[in-house]
Amino acid sequence: MRVCGDRRLLLHGLLDGELDAANTLRCEAHIRECAGCASEFARLRALSLWLRVPGVAFEAPGTLRTRIATAVATVAPSTNVTWIKPSVSQAPKAPARRRRTVAWGWATGVSALAATVVLALLLHFPGGSVADELVANHVRSLMASHLVDIETSDRQIIKPWFMGKVDFSPPIPELAEQGFPLVGGRLDYMPGRVLPAVVYRRGHHIINVFVWPAGGQSAAPVTTRRDGYNVLGWSQGSLRFCAVSDAEPAALSQLKAAIAQQVRD
Amino acid sequence: MGQRFEDLFLPYVEAAYRLARFIVRDPIAADDIVQESFLRALRFFGSYRGGDAKSWLLTIVRNCSFDWSKSNRRVVGIASDTATADMALSYEITVGDSFRDSLGRWIPSPDSLGADQDGPETTLLRQSEIAEVRAMIDRLPEPFRETLVLRELEELSYKQIAQVTSVPLGTVMSRLARARHLLICQMERRQ
Repeated sequence: MRVCGDRRLLLHGLLDGELDAANTLRCEAHIRECAGCASEFARLRALSLWLRVPGVAFEAPGTLRTRIATAVATVAPSTNVTWIKPSVSQAPKAPARRRRTVAWGWATGVSALAATVVLALLLHFPGGSVADELVANHVRSLMASHLVDIETSDRQIIKPWFMGKVDFSPPIPELAEQGFPLVGGRLDYMPGRVLPAVVYRRGHHIINVFVWPAGGQSAAPVTTRRDGYNVLGWSQGSLRFCAVSDAEPAALSQLKAAIAQQVRD
Repeated sequence: MGQRFEDLFLPYVEAAYRLARFIVRDPIAADDIVQESFLRALRFFGSYRGGDAKSWLLTIVRNCSFDWSKSNRRVVGIASDTATADMALSYEITVGDSFRDSLGRWIPSPDSLGADQDGPETTLLRQSEIAEVRAMIDRLPEPFRETLVLRELEELSYKQIAQVTSVPLGTVMSRLARARHLLICQMERRQ
């Protein structure tokens, strides 16, 4: 009493509601007559019921949905934000960049990261389809609640930690005395490069300082404000710095001055 | 972009998790994979041309899951693959008419399906049964496992499964048949 070999797949199709009307009728009629196929069909149906016992399918952790929803709400295209314009002195090179717009919604504190990344790319990674990467980085940092990779207020620990991870040695000035205690360090990823971020705190405000080699170009300082976040970019020696925070612009200027004092390139 | 990303895809967080969980068999990894998948989905949203949102998302989830499996193959993959290969081999021999005699034992009883009036005993029974079903699915080798999960748990149509797994319809059908028979074979064995 075996299942008819040529009807095996039809039985599955019948079970899954994938047969057209004619084949459904034909298959049902066959099951009524063929004990082998009838028992096979009963098995398949029992299996299907068994697999669908409530609780077999895993439930996602409750926080997963919330995390994703929050992150998506943050970056979903609810508003159009024009990319930050480079300073006027760069105008001849700028049009291509300036024309680019990216849909970007701002919501939580970690958006500061994205703001910085946008600026960093404008200053250093002209062209290319970086918007996708930005969205990805932004969401990643949001969802993983990933402020720092290495949490320490000791620059002697962060500095060697960056070695081998980035192709230059980012300066890690100690600024606690000036009111900017060190929180830690983090790596962000950009097309074609790893971007180190040094994280400071000012009162309750987190400040991300991104730094990368300026490639010989000394760009003008940039100050801007996007949806509550202040961004300050400047060049120092062969390096470009960019600080982002919800702290007030004056605080960023102080930070810049403090860094300038300590970092001699 | 027309429809909003949230409206299209957020309803499928659970489905995404279930699929990833069954493919990689690791809760932490599944969590990561779903996050990564939404991230990729956002990134590729520009290339989404309408159509079935669930399939589109699950395609990404599936690819992410296999990327993860590939990079973790050395750690978890080999032992279980060998075991399932053996099982697949023995299937041809063991499935036979004798199965029919014990059929009744694994048909879910009406009690076990009614979640509302569970006493402690039925809850325990149910939990062990659930654990058993999950373990059986886990022992299925790929690509049978993903095909089965997409059909039985996600209730995708053959056509949707073909889209998600990038294979022809006929392959979906034969994989599904194979997966079900491997499961039936396991059930027979445990009795």
